[in-house]
Amino acid sequence: MRFFSKTLDKLKGALRKTAEVLNTDVRTLFIPGRQINDQFLAEMEEKFLQADMGVQNVERIVSAVRDRWRLGKIKNAEEAERVVKSELMEILPTDADRELRFAPSGTTVVLVAGINGAGKTTSIAKLAWILKNQMGKKVMLCASDTFRAAAVDQLTIWAERIGVEIVKHRMGADPAAVAYDACEAAVARNIDVLIVDTAGRLHTQEHLMRELTKIRDVVARKIPGAPHEVLLVLDATTGQNAIRQAQMFSQAINVTGLFVAKLDGSARGGFILSIREQLKLPVKFIGLGETPQDIETFDPQRFVDALFQDAPAPAA
Amino acid sequence: MLDALSERLSGVFRSLSGRGRISEENVRDAMREVRTALLEADVNYQVVKQFIDTVTEKAIGQEVIKSLKPDQVMIKIVHDELVNLMGPVDTRIYTVQPGPTVIMMCGLQGSGKTTTCGKLAKYLLGKGHHPMLAAADLQRPAAVEQLRVIGEQVGVPVYTDPAKVAPHGQVAKGAAVAVCRAAVNEARKLGRDIVILDTAGRLAIDQELMDELKEINAQLNPHQVFLVLDAMTGQDAVNSAKAFNEQLELDGLILTKFDSDTRGGALLSAKMVTGKPVKFLGVGEKLDRLEEFRPEGMAQRILGMGDIVGLVTEAMEKFDAEQTQKLAEKMQKGTLTLEDFIAQMKQVRKLGPMGKIMGMIPGMNELSKQMNMGEGDVEKQMSRMEAIYNSMNKQERKNTDLIDGSRRRRIARGAGVEVNEVGQFIKQFELSRDMMRAVGGMGMMGRLRLMRGLMSGGIGALGGPGGPLLRTKRSGRMEKKDRNKKKKKRR
Repeated sequence: MRFFSKTLDKLKGALRKTAEVLNTDVRTLFIPGRQINDQFLAEMEEKFLQADMGVQNVERIVSAVRDRWRLGKIKNAEEAERVVKSELMEILPTDADRELRFAPSGTTVVLVAGINGAGKTTSIAKLAWILKNQMGKKVMLCASDTFRAAAVDQLTIWAERIGVEIVKHRMGADPAAVAYDACEAAVARNIDVLIVDTAGRLHTQEHLMRELTKIRDVVARKIPGAPHEVLLVLDATTGQNAIRQAQMFSQAINVTGLFVAKLDGSARGGFILSIREQLKLPVKFIGLGETPQDIETFDPQRFVDALFQDAPAPAA
Repeated sequence: MLDALSERLSGVFRSLSGRGRISEENVRDAMREVRTALLEADVNYQVVKQFIDTVTEKAIGQEVIKSLKPDQVMIKIVHDELVNLMGPVDTRIYTVQPGPTVIMMCGLQGSGKTTTCGKLAKYLLGKGHHPMLAAADLQRPAAVEQLRVIGEQVGVPVYTDPAKVAPHGQVAKGAAVAVCRAAVNEARKLGRDIVILDTAGRLAIDQELMDELKEINAQLNPHQVFLVLDAMTGQDAVNSAKAFNEQLELDGLILTKFDSDTRGGALLSAKMVTGKPVKFLGVGEKLDRLEEFRPEGMAQRILGMGDIVGLVTEAMEKFDAEQTQKLAEKMQKGTLTLEDFIAQMKQVRKLGPMGKIMGMIPGMNELSKQMNMGEGDVEKQMSRMEAIYNSMNKQERKNTDLIDGSRRRRIARGAGVEVNEVGQFIKQFELSRDMMRAVGGMGMMGRLRLMRGLMSGGIGALGGPGGPLLRTKRSGRMEKKDRNKKKKKRR
């Protein structure tokens, strides 16, 4: 399973069990030489639906294969796979889209948002880790989640573990005020990247979405061009509601990219196709585990490959 | 909630209505739409398949084809099957004598376990129990602290042992079991009758952490094991639910984040794959936002019939009965004053965000969409009404006839609204008063209907400076459009 291979190399110990499950993967659908027929098409439909790709996308892709097959242009599974992959790759973002945007000079601000439990804090730890250790940046965290119990503590623990600075207020403080202070501190201390954590909020809670807009505005006033990157963290196990989330968060804070967390489970995150199509939002990073090192930049080719594979069986 | 699914289904059945008789093919067409709707609602593929097969068979074999009102029959069949799948209902929490009863909570990361532990504790307090929380999530940074804070907010003791928290990157072997065991002992000492164990979140395929849960399960032998599941989960819901059920033998499910706009298909999927009852729904960030699950309400919602039962139950709990009784008398006599009107509105507000209430009332889903009213808009309008009311003096509140142009201007200045809004508000009140007189003396159901009227006309009518929003619902234009639509379909 190429999608996870890099991570698995990195994490041989911790995820061995997972690896064993993943490696027993059997590619039943696209076995070479299998002829396309109605049964094949039905199986393909099922597989894609179970990857959360959405009814419309699946119908379109399956029809693309069905039409070519009926016209006699393609006959076997390998050809079908090629058609599907080219359809999917067309949708997915180009390389340039997937790069993290930095300020031309001075401090880059990355604003991170998402619904409750999507995995924001852990994703921020991952982001801080990759920026510090792989890109050699001086990183500061901003604890603007002053709402959820112990959220500031959680982020502080990560800051200590990774060895980056953190700006925080007490719980219940105005999150925009924390962001304001963090911007000042970041500029004063010549920080390369300031990552702003925000409280999880359901996209349907209008007043909380307004609060998010305010944080964004404060950051924009303090540092010209900021926030340079607005990342929406989405839980890979989410279904079609992920699209709604992307829409609503984009409206509030003009999201620039996605961070898809928890992609190391059995969920495929097929919703990113619809989000890419409808909102033009690229996936920039994926999260594949619980430690800060479990982060990767998004590789469309590997994502598509993974869609074709059977979901790893849950531990039993 | 399951709004979008409701809409889809009402759309399907609308297209069936008026055709008189329908063929087997019609049923299949309709079921194809139902299938799409369910898939879009994230109901698992296999579950959908099974559902469609069952319902199609029932629909074809039965009176649908002969029936004069096929849409009604279809709704009933789909509805009954949904209820059937989501039931039987059992929201009881079983306790043992002598205590303490041990409840174990488990689930994926970010499903809302810790918050749900707090909500459950609060719910049990309300039922006269003396729960206690145990912080057995030793993996996530600050999870112990989070539970401690939540326990404080709810007002229940929390057993913690910070020394047992797992070192970074490791699983603290046996520590969670030790914490749980110590917590149960502590509960016995303190005389608490229920212990709720908050365990670490984990992926279904992470065997190491799964083993820890199995260990707790084996050693502590909890009386109930609940799986906490995010209502927004996609197709993967079946995988997690199945894995947890196989390893721990669940006793019930709790679906969280149901206050979002998710269609909530995960509920059906998880129920189907585990066969375990859905106990509660998490419907808000606040710790009292935990609802007992009722499949009828959920199925009615799915079918666009609104959740009347839920509204009544909730209204019963939160409405001040005495005040409501007094109001009812006044309504009957038609002597309702502006003061009562505002008091009634405040009562309604106590029920929670307006958007949610409206979603529960049949027909209100579409209506609120037509009026283009978000949750915040309704709230804003209610605040404006209150501001206008607060800017009136006592006589004016008692007798709105007193309010002339000059008074209107004064009130508008005081409330910070346009002068015409004051006029609209008064007109709206008078309209409501008359309406109430007309429908006075009815029971709770009647009053609900009234609220519906109030909301379609009452609150909507305040609108923006562009004039009353009332028009969007009641004007002939709208109805004509609907008529035209219908005509087209018939042709």
